[in-house]
Amino acid sequence: MINPATQQDEITDIFIENQLIIAIGDKPQGFTADKVIDASGQLVLPGLIDIQCRVREPGFTHKASIASETRAAAMNGITSLCIPPDSKPITDNSAIVEQIHHSNQKAGNRCHIYTIGAITRKLNGEHLSNMGTLKLAGCVALSNALQPFANNLVQRRAMEYAAGQNMLVVIQPYDHALYSNGCAHEGALATRLGLPPIPEAAETAALAKDIELVAQTGATTHFGQISCARSVDMIRQAKKDGLPITADVSMHQLFLTDRDIDYFDTNKLTIPPLRSEQDKAALRQGLIDGTIDCICSDHQPHDADAKLKPFPSAEPGISALDTLLPLLFKLVEEGVLKLPQAVNKLTLKPASIFALPTGQIAPGELADIIIVDDQCHYQCDSARFLSAGKNTPFHGWDFTARVTTTMVAGTIIE
Amino acid sequence: MITNNLQLNENGKLKHFLSIEGLNKTILTNILDTAESFTSVTNRSIKKVPILRGKTVANLFFEASTRTRATFELAAQRLSADILSLDIKTSSAVKGESLLDTLHNLQAMQVDMFVIRHQDSGSAHFFAQHVAPGVSVLNAGDGQHSHPTQGMLDMFTIRRHKGSFENLCVAIVGDIKHSRVARSQIHALNILNTGQVRVIAPRTLLPEQTEALGVQVYHDLDEGLKDVDVVIMLRLQKERMTGALLPSEQEYFRQYGLTADRVKLAKPDAIVMHPGPANRGIEIESSVMDGKQSVILQQVTYGIAVRMAVMSMIASQPV
Repeated sequence: MINPATQQDEITDIFIENQLIIAIGDKPQGFTADKVIDASGQLVLPGLIDIQCRVREPGFTHKASIASETRAAAMNGITSLCIPPDSKPITDNSAIVEQIHHSNQKAGNRCHIYTIGAITRKLNGEHLSNMGTLKLAGCVALSNALQPFANNLVQRRAMEYAAGQNMLVVIQPYDHALYSNGCAHEGALATRLGLPPIPEAAETAALAKDIELVAQTGATTHFGQISCARSVDMIRQAKKDGLPITADVSMHQLFLTDRDIDYFDTNKLTIPPLRSEQDKAALRQGLIDGTIDCICSDHQPHDADAKLKPFPSAEPGISALDTLLPLLFKLVEEGVLKLPQAVNKLTLKPASIFALPTGQIAPGELADIIIVDDQCHYQCDSARFLSAGKNTPFHGWDFTARVTTTMVAGTIIE
Repeated sequence: MITNNLQLNENGKLKHFLSIEGLNKTILTNILDTAESFTSVTNRSIKKVPILRGKTVANLFFEASTRTRATFELAAQRLSADILSLDIKTSSAVKGESLLDTLHNLQAMQVDMFVIRHQDSGSAHFFAQHVAPGVSVLNAGDGQHSHPTQGMLDMFTIRRHKGSFENLCVAIVGDIKHSRVARSQIHALNILNTGQVRVIAPRTLLPEQTEALGVQVYHDLDEGLKDVDVVIMLRLQKERMTGALLPSEQEYFRQYGLTADRVKLAKPDAIVMHPGPANRGIEIESSVMDGKQSVILQQVTYGIAVRMAVMSMIASQPV
C-alpha cells in the first residue's frame, strides 16, 4: 500500500465497511469480511483524481457521455473527476450542476464528479455568475475555461468576488490575440510545415497578467495545463513571493514535443500546443521541485470525424483517461519521480488544492482505492480504449502498469 | 524527419506530389529533365501527347487561383487527359459536406488524379492518406506549407538561365512567413545543392527559426542583394497591412521594393523572378518587372511543361 498522506509504503491490510475505510493493519474487533481481495504482488493506491477532464455531457454526447467516461475513468484507476464548465449548456447555474450529478447517478456513480462552475455567465467574460449559488450547488472551483474576459477589470472583479466566496479560481493562461489562429508551437516544426504558430507569449503574457491579478486580489488560484519553461519559472517565483497559487501540467506534455507532430498527425494537435524539448524538460523539473503541484489528463475525447481533417481544421485534444495511469508509471520508470511522489501528484495534491474529500487511504476516509499490476507488459491499443474517444498519440507505446481493481466509496466498479 | 513518405512508392518513384521536402536530388533532376523534353511539345503547333489518354484528372480548388489552375488544366489537356475542374464555391463544400466526403464522392466518379489547392497546411497529405490505392494527389498549394510544382517551375527557370545550381547565390525577398512558395523554393534549392540561399524580409514576415530551413537571413534588402545571381520576389498580400505586420505599402516599397537601382546591386547577369500575381509598385517596380532581366512570364510558360512532367512521371508508375 502506498499512501502519500502518511508517507506509508508497506505491505498491510485495509479494512472497509460500507463506504469507508475503517482500519489499516490490525483487524478491528468484531470485523468479519464478506469479501476478501488478495492484492499480493500488486500495488494498492488511493484512487486517482483527475482535475481536468471533459466528459462531453451535456452537449457533446456524439463524442462521449458521462456513462462512457466515468466507466473508462474508473476502470483505469481514476475515481474522481473535476469537469470544466464549458459543456453545452454551460455550467453557470445550479440546474446544470444538478443535471450532471443526476446523469452520473443514472450511470451508476462509477466516479465522483466534481464540477468547476463558470466564473462569468455563459462564460461571456462580462457578467459575474452566481458564484455563491454555484458553491451551494457543489461546485469546487470557478473558471472561465478557455474563454476570454472582456477586459482586465472584469477578470479582477471576478477573482475578487470568488475570493470573497472562498472559492478556488482555475485559470488556463491564454492570450487570445497571441493565440490567433495558431495550431502548433512557434518553432522550427511550425516554420517547416507552414502551420500557423502559437508563440510562447500566448501563454506567458497571459500568465504574467494573471499572477499580477492574484497579487492584487489575493484570490487562491490554480493554473491549469502549463506548457512553457518560462511559465514554470514565473510560477516558481510567484510561489516564492508567497502568492496563493498552484499549478498542474497535462500528462502528455511530459512525454511529447512539437516534433512528434511529424507530418500533420492530428492526434498530436492540442491546446496548449506540444512545445519544445526544453519546455518538456522544464515541466518535468517543475514537477520534481514542486513548482508544478499536480498532473491532469486534460481528457478530451473526440468522435473520429473531429480528427479526420487537415491539421489546422481538426479539433484539438487527446483522449487521455486510458493512458493516465500507465504514463504515470512511465514517469517513475524514467526516473522523473519516485512512485510515492508520482502517486501524490494525482491523489493527495489535487485533493488538497480542490478541497476534495478523497485522495488518501486512512481510517474514516472514503474507500476510493485502486489495485495496480505494475509488472505487466502490453502495447497501448486505442481500439481497446474504454473511453468513447480513441484519439490518442500513444497508440503502440509499451506500458507496464494496469489497474486490476477499482473501488469507489467501497463499491467495486465493473 | 519524415517517417512515412507518402509521396513515393516502394520503388522510390513518385506516387503523389505533395511537397519538395522528402524528395531527393535524383527525382528533382528527373522532373527538370522530363520538363525539358515537354517544352518541345508545347512549342509545336499540335501540342498534344497521349500519355494520359483515358485518365481523368480532377482540379479541386478551394482557394482562388489563375495561373496554377490554368496551367494544370493545360498540362493535363496536352497529355490528353479528361479534365474535371471544380469550382468549390458552388459545390457541396458550402452545403456542409466534409472534405473527406467530397473526396470520396469524386473518387466514386473514377478520378485518377486529384490536383488540390486548399487553405489548410497539410491538406494535400490528408487527401493522399485517404485516396484509394492507384489514385494520385498533386498539391497545387496547401496553406502556408507547400506549392511544389511552383517550386519546381522556378528551379526549371533558374536551370534554363543559369545552367547548374552549385555556384549560385539565390535571394528570396518578401513575405516568407506566409509563403508556401518560399518554403518549396528553399527545399528545392537546398536539395539541388545551391551555393547560397538567402531570404530577405522584415522581422514580422519571417517565421521563427527561419535559419533551420537552411538559409541566411537578411533584414536589409541592399545588403542581401549584393552579388546574387537570382532574385525571387514574393507577392505581398494586402491583408498584411491590416494584421499589423507592416506599417504601410509605401514604407514596404521604400525598404523592400525591387527597383532598377537595387537590381544593380546583384550580379550584372542576374535574373528577376516572381511567382505572380505581382503588385506593381509595392514589391516590384514596373520597369524591373518588364525589364530585360525579368523572366517572370517565362516562369508561367515553363509551368505547363513542369506540370506535364510531374503528371506523366506519376502516370508512368504501375499502380
